[in-house]
Order: sequence, then structure tokens, then C-alpha cells
Amino acid sequence: MQTLYALLVAPFVEYAFMQKALFGSLLLSAGACPVGVFLMLRRMSLSGDAMAHAILPGAAAGFLFYGLEILPMTVGGLIAGIVVALGAGAVSRFTVQREDASMAAFYLISLALGVLLVSVRGSSVDLMHVLFGTVLALNNEALGLIGAIAAVTLASLFVFWRALVAECLDPLFLRSVSRLGSPVHFIFLGLVVINLVGGFQALGTLLSVGLMILPAAAARFWTARVETMCVAAVAIGFASCVAGLLLSYHAALPSGPAIILSAGAVYLVSVLAGTRGALRARLVTHRHRTA
Amino acid sequence: MDQACLTFRDLTLGYGSHPAVHHLDGVVRRGSLTAVVGANGSGKSTLMKGIVGALKPMAGTVTKADGVRIAYLPQQSELDRSFPARVVDLVSLGLWPRRGLLGRHTAQDRAAVAEALAAVGLEGFETRALDTLSGGQLQRTLFARVLVQDAGLILLDEPFNAVDAKTVGDLIALIKRWHGEERTVMVVAHDLDLVRHNFPETLLLARQRVAWGATATALGPENMARARRFHEAWEDDAPWCGPDAHHHAHDHGHAHHHHAHDADALASANGPKAA
Repeated sequence: MQTLYALLVAPFVEYAFMQKALFGSLLLSAGACPVGVFLMLRRMSLSGDAMAHAILPGAAAGFLFYGLEILPMTVGGLIAGIVVALGAGAVSRFTVQREDASMAAFYLISLALGVLLVSVRGSSVDLMHVLFGTVLALNNEALGLIGAIAAVTLASLFVFWRALVAECLDPLFLRSVSRLGSPVHFIFLGLVVINLVGGFQALGTLLSVGLMILPAAAARFWTARVETMCVAAVAIGFASCVAGLLLSYHAALPSGPAIILSAGAVYLVSVLAGTRGALRARLVTHRHRTA
Repeated sequence: MDQACLTFRDLTLGYGSHPAVHHLDGVVRRGSLTAVVGANGSGKSTLMKGIVGALKPMAGTVTKADGVRIAYLPQQSELDRSFPARVVDLVSLGLWPRRGLLGRHTAQDRAAVAEALAAVGLEGFETRALDTLSGGQLQRTLFARVLVQDAGLILLDEPFNAVDAKTVGDLIALIKRWHGEERTVMVVAHDLDLVRHNFPETLLLARQRVAWGATATALGPENMARARRFHEAWEDDAPWCGPDAHHHAHDHGHAHHHHAHDADALASANGPKAA
């Protein structure tokens, strides 16, 4: 009992930085995981990764002018992400090109610009901060920002739920009964951007998409309903954050990768053992009913 | 005179600079049941898209009577069957015109959904996942959604494709029920026997209107022969259609002849197509 306490609870009770890290990453999961579910269901999982790269030049510009400060880097990342999301979304809506290609084009331009900006001034240590984040150094300002992002995300999901589902399930139908089709698509891209920006403080631009996609991808193997999939994704996200932070604390590992790898482990287990996973499909007896 | 549900005035719809529906004039009466017939590429689906507003006219107008809601079943649905949804979720989308984004689905709404599923013979399918349905079952699910939409104007684009004979019969019965409820219904169909037996009126298209009126007349031998001469392909060097080439101020009778003449001219320029 003593060892269990020391192993699982004590780090969070005894250290304020661990409490903040836990609080921040849980808030992040609450918003990012359901967004990830919709991203996955729209077959845009890799677009999430692209968007994460797209944020880089904005964050780098903030870093260039203000140093390693959270607010300017966040605002910069937000602007860059929204420009790329709107640009890619508009190209796919109004031309023959599909969103995967337009997104790739915009994020590559953005990424190159970001690397250029960081290398103009930054040392490699700074670059590491931008790329890989610092969950163990979250301050109150950052926590407030992540909390606001989670609140905006959950409120938007609640309000636009029906439109989001309709836009995924049957976009042509939504367009025939409502003018919400295009706006809801852009609102959704906006949610992706703010959650990635929220995540890059803690996990870095490269890893923030991991907390969005991995729990969602894992949840797909456990349920066949969107509602429960979102709840399951959040639960998996929470568990990954706790496990990752503990792993990071006890084994002295960097916290961002530890959290994402924990989510990755849940994903791999889900692929195999999920109620809709690979093993079940193979192992279930081949008996069948008459009708 | 009967009330108009839809009015086409010199309507031209198309892609790039090529018309798929060319200078269409006419009125779809409120409560009418019309089959839209024509060869592949004759502009049937394009006309449907123009009516719902998914395609903007290149020229002319299509006017919908005030307050008429449209339910549209496209030929090529963008439905994602792998989306984790149940039959009842898809049919409930039909409540959108009544409940919108935030309105709660009431017990009455749920009853309407259940009733619609029963009407298409899908009781017991409520919780089935969409990716477990057969093609005909999915088509009936989409008909149930049209039922729930409770629209005044119903547009069905080739709803009988890949549907078995019994299901076609069920779907025709539903269409007749809508007609009986004085809804306006337009159905794109290829099976001429089916059209002759079930649709009072027919619009025969070959890019332009070949005939529009009572089905027996519209699908008479002369009109059918004229429609068969229609040449589907676009021509990159086709002459531009402008005020000189087309007279806008004409009455219906004249328009009819004029268009028929155009179709003949087009056909003779390309040589008759093998029937």
C-alpha cells in the first residue's frame, strides 16, 4: 500500500510542478480527444499532423520577437494555424483540389518558413523547446490558456454537435437542408488549430497532435457510436497523461514523449484486444445463426 | 390555372462553358408527379442539382414557390457508410428542417422516425450499423429520411438503381402516397415501362427539353425517336450560344418547336447515333 502510494500518488501530492502538469494535460485531453475523434472519422488524421507543423512559423515568429514567452508564441501559432486551415479549406471547397493535397501544400510552405525563422536566431536548445514542449514547466498563464481552449472546444462541440455529425455522415444532405455545411467545417478546423496550439506549450508542436489522434484511434476499437467514442477517447487521454507523467517522473524521461508513448501503448493494446479489434475478429468462433 | 411549385425560365445549367441543360422553360405544378427521362448525359441529374441550388444557373432562372421545402435524394450520395452511425441516426437527420441545430428531438419526432422506418419495411433495423446494410436496405433507409423530412417538393435522382423488384414496388407505393398527399414529386428514372405505368407526367430531356406533358404523349414514338438522336458528347468547337443564335422572346409552343429543331440540327450535324 505504501509503495503503491509512493508510486502513483505521492509525486502529484508532493510537487506543485507535477500537479500543474497533470492539471494542464487533463484539460488538454478534455478538448483535444473529442476533436481527434472527428478528425479521424473525417479521414483527416494526417491533416492533424500537417496542422501541427503548420503552427510552427507562427510560434517561431513569436519566439523571434519576444523570446520564449507563452503568449506571443501562442498567438503567433494561432494565426499561422488559422491561415493554413482557412487557405487549405478554401482551396478544397472552391477548386477541384481535395483537402489532403491543399493541406499538404500549405503546411509544407508553413513548415519551411518556421524552420527558417527559428534558425535565424534560435539556439538548438530553444528549437527543442518549440518542437518538444515543456509540460513540467507549465505556469499559471499557460494553464489558464489551456483551460480556456478546453472550455471553448467543449462548448463548440456541444452547440455544433448535430451539424458536425451530419457534415461527417452525409455532407451533401447537410448542404441541402442547411447553410451550416461550410461554416461548420471551418469551425471544426478552428477547433483543431486551437487545440494543437494549446498542446504545443506542453507537448511541443510535433507531439501535440499525438494526444489528439492516438486516444481517438484507440477508442475506435472499443465502440460503434460517436458519443461513446468521444467519452472513451477522453478517458484514454486522461489515463495516458497520468501514466506518462508518472513514467516521466520515476524514470527521469522527457514528459511529452512519455505521455504520447503511453497513448501509443493503449492504441496498440486496443488494436489487438479491443471489442472491435483484430484478435476478436480472428478468435470469435465461426458458428453462425440461421438468420 | 394550377399553382406553380417550380418555374424554369430559359434555364441553362452546365459545367465549364458546356450546357448540360439548355434553355429550359416550363412549370412544375404543385402536387404533380413527374418522371424525368432521358439518355445518359441528357441533363437529368444536373437539373436536380440546379433545383436544389447545388449548381448555379449559367443563364436563366429556376424559381421555387415561397415556403416550399425540398427533400433531395441524390444519385451519387456522399454518405460515409463507415461512419459509426445507426439506421435511426441517419433517418433522424431528416428532422433537421423542423428541429435545426439545437432543437430537442421530442417523443413525437422519435415516433415519426419509427413510423417512417415501418413505412419502408425496416422495422427492427433501428440500431443496425450503416455498414451492415445491403444496397436496397440503404436506399429504403434514405427513403425513410425523405419521409421524415416532410417536404413539399421531393426530388429523387435514380432511386430505383440496383433495387430489387419488390423494393421498387414498395418505393413506388411511397411515391404514390406522397402524390396522394399533394406533395410535388420529380423522379429521375430509366425504366420506361415503370414510368408509363406510374407517372402521370413526364419531362423528356436531351440537354434541351424534347417533350413535357402527359406521359403517354411525351413518351410517344416521335418524341422517343427525337430523343434518341441526342448526341451526348461535348464539342469543344461547338458554336457559342448567344442572343443571335437563340430567341428569348417566344411563347411555349414556339419554344417547343424551336428546341426540337435545335436537337434535329445537332443530330444531323453529327450523324444519327445508332439506337
